[in-house]
Amino acid sequence: MSASEYPKGDPRAPIPVITPGHSFTSITDKLSDMVLTYNTPLAWVITTAIGFCLLMLLIVALAYLVFTGIGIWGNNAPVGWAFDIINFVWWIGIGHAGTLISAILLLFKQDWRTSINRFAEAMTLFAVACALIFPLFHTGRPWLAWYWLLPYPNTMALWPNFRSPLLWDVFAVGTYGSVSAIFWFTGLIPDLATFRDRAVHPVAKRIYGVLSLGWRGSARHWWRYETAYLLLAGLSTPLVLSVHTVVSFDFAVSVLPGWHATIFPPYFVAGAIFAGFAMVLTLAIPLRALYRLHDVITLRHIENMAKVTLVTGLIVVYGYACEAFFGWYSGSEYERFMLKNRIYYGPYAWSYWALLLCNFVVPQILWIKKFRHNLAIVFTVCMFVNVGMWLERFVIIVTSLHRDFLPSSWDMYYPTFWDFATLAGTIGLFLTLMFVFVRVLPMISIFEVRTLLPEAHPKPQHEEGAHR
Amino acid sequence: MSHHAAATGPAIHGLMAEFDSAQALLDAATAAQKAGYTRVDAYSPFPIHGLAEAIGFRERLIPKFVFVAGATGGTLAFSFQYWVSAIDYPLNIGGRPYFSWVSFIPVSFELTILFAAFTAVISMLALNGLPQPYHPVFNNPAFARASQDRFFFVIEATDPRFDLDETRAFLNGLNPREVVAVED
Repeated sequence: MSASEYPKGDPRAPIPVITPGHSFTSITDKLSDMVLTYNTPLAWVITTAIGFCLLMLLIVALAYLVFTGIGIWGNNAPVGWAFDIINFVWWIGIGHAGTLISAILLLFKQDWRTSINRFAEAMTLFAVACALIFPLFHTGRPWLAWYWLLPYPNTMALWPNFRSPLLWDVFAVGTYGSVSAIFWFTGLIPDLATFRDRAVHPVAKRIYGVLSLGWRGSARHWWRYETAYLLLAGLSTPLVLSVHTVVSFDFAVSVLPGWHATIFPPYFVAGAIFAGFAMVLTLAIPLRALYRLHDVITLRHIENMAKVTLVTGLIVVYGYACEAFFGWYSGSEYERFMLKNRIYYGPYAWSYWALLLCNFVVPQILWIKKFRHNLAIVFTVCMFVNVGMWLERFVIIVTSLHRDFLPSSWDMYYPTFWDFATLAGTIGLFLTLMFVFVRVLPMISIFEVRTLLPEAHPKPQHEEGAHR
Repeated sequence: MSHHAAATGPAIHGLMAEFDSAQALLDAATAAQKAGYTRVDAYSPFPIHGLAEAIGFRERLIPKFVFVAGATGGTLAFSFQYWVSAIDYPLNIGGRPYFSWVSFIPVSFELTILFAAFTAVISMLALNGLPQPYHPVFNNPAFARASQDRFFFVIEATDPRFDLDETRAFLNGLNPREVVAVED
């Protein structure tokens, strides 16, 4: 329900999506001057510098890996998949919120998505880029991996195995990355035209001009544009649900206790949305303060995102309960052992309880409206969720692998310096890309925010021959 | 383009009226349609519902292209996987049948989406004639605000009812900020 359906001063009326009093001019000025003026906050410089240093660490870690081999990681015989897959799933999950916000909320006509969809989509792209680094470098020699990753007619006459979930992953993540990229670029075209028309510096004008493809806002163009955008949203909705489903098949299709569970696909998808919204909030709260975006990212957005985080968090907790129930109800000796090992007597039981603290206990404070409106609290909860979702993958992967069927092959897993360096490095890559994006491209969709104003919806003339 | 009416001055693309509001633009488009103008275009900084209809735009091609592309992608992927797994390179994996079609679903689904999504964007750009390095409307310096906060309505010189003076008078009657002749 929109705010206008309530009587004035009604406390039940929701906070508006955009602070009243704005015009097309003021919105355009505000959202494009963030980029087109010499406005580089000190906090931007510091964060980008930190991100860039970590990015350099990533390059060192990957170069050393390529020279030496994946023996520099802590992976061992029972724990053959460790940080590489944990981080892959973590990043892919974070990416899901972008498509969810831009596609699913568009189909549901949630107009509050408009202020946050652009940078959430950018976040998706950068998160997918970070995610892809892990499986790609886990192959050891990525330049030789193509012939079993992609079906191309090669001189060995080999084809990949289409019955393997790992290959489905290549197609799911590849499609997701490329469709997210064109979705994002399509959304950018009209705003790039605004930048082209407003940029003062000739080089900037030229670059934005080329990127905007000569967009001129003709009604015919807008009609085709909206059709294509809506179709993309409709196509991305099943796509985003399929991606984490396929990622969960990597585990669920195997026969390992702790992985072989039918709850995995929906539970992974909910976890991805949970992690993604937490990451959107983690980015939106500081960016809102840094660029004074209080008019377009209102408490309504923060509150709605906090609610989505809370609900998807509860679905994830339901997933944990189901997993535990399946383990016990299966009656299988191995499943029950895995469960007890994971929850209380295994050496990694601490990670299970830390996970429950981060993903179950802490988000419950979002039930209280006062806390949902407190940015410091929402931000802290989201940091817990970011850590908790990483721990979830650690629990699923390491505790299931380290003690499998034969006690003689049990072993502990300890990550090395290079494991941590690669993880920190991808965080650096993510921060660098995100902050460069914020500096050079419109991080809020300007043309869509214009449509939030009431004067953007003119009334057609119905009566024949009516004149004003 | 093919307009040679003004033998003395430069050829013109059309007459461009500038408006302050989306309502005025929609009203102008409706009035022009009523007055019998057919070669018109409306420019706005955001999509306006009903405007495409008001300038007589009836094309509905993109959804058809997207459907065909999606069906093609899915069919290609599924038959390719069948050909690879059952004909060209049959491999016994866990004793499963060569034509284990259930495991071909995820890749077929992904390629359906991939083909359809790329077709949606590429057909949108192609039908819009983008990228387009030059268009006459940009010859009006005020048109820079068409991507910001102003609304423009153009009656093109190729319109059969176009007459420089009459059309200008018609546009002036719509209460615009300004009417200018745009060079081709």
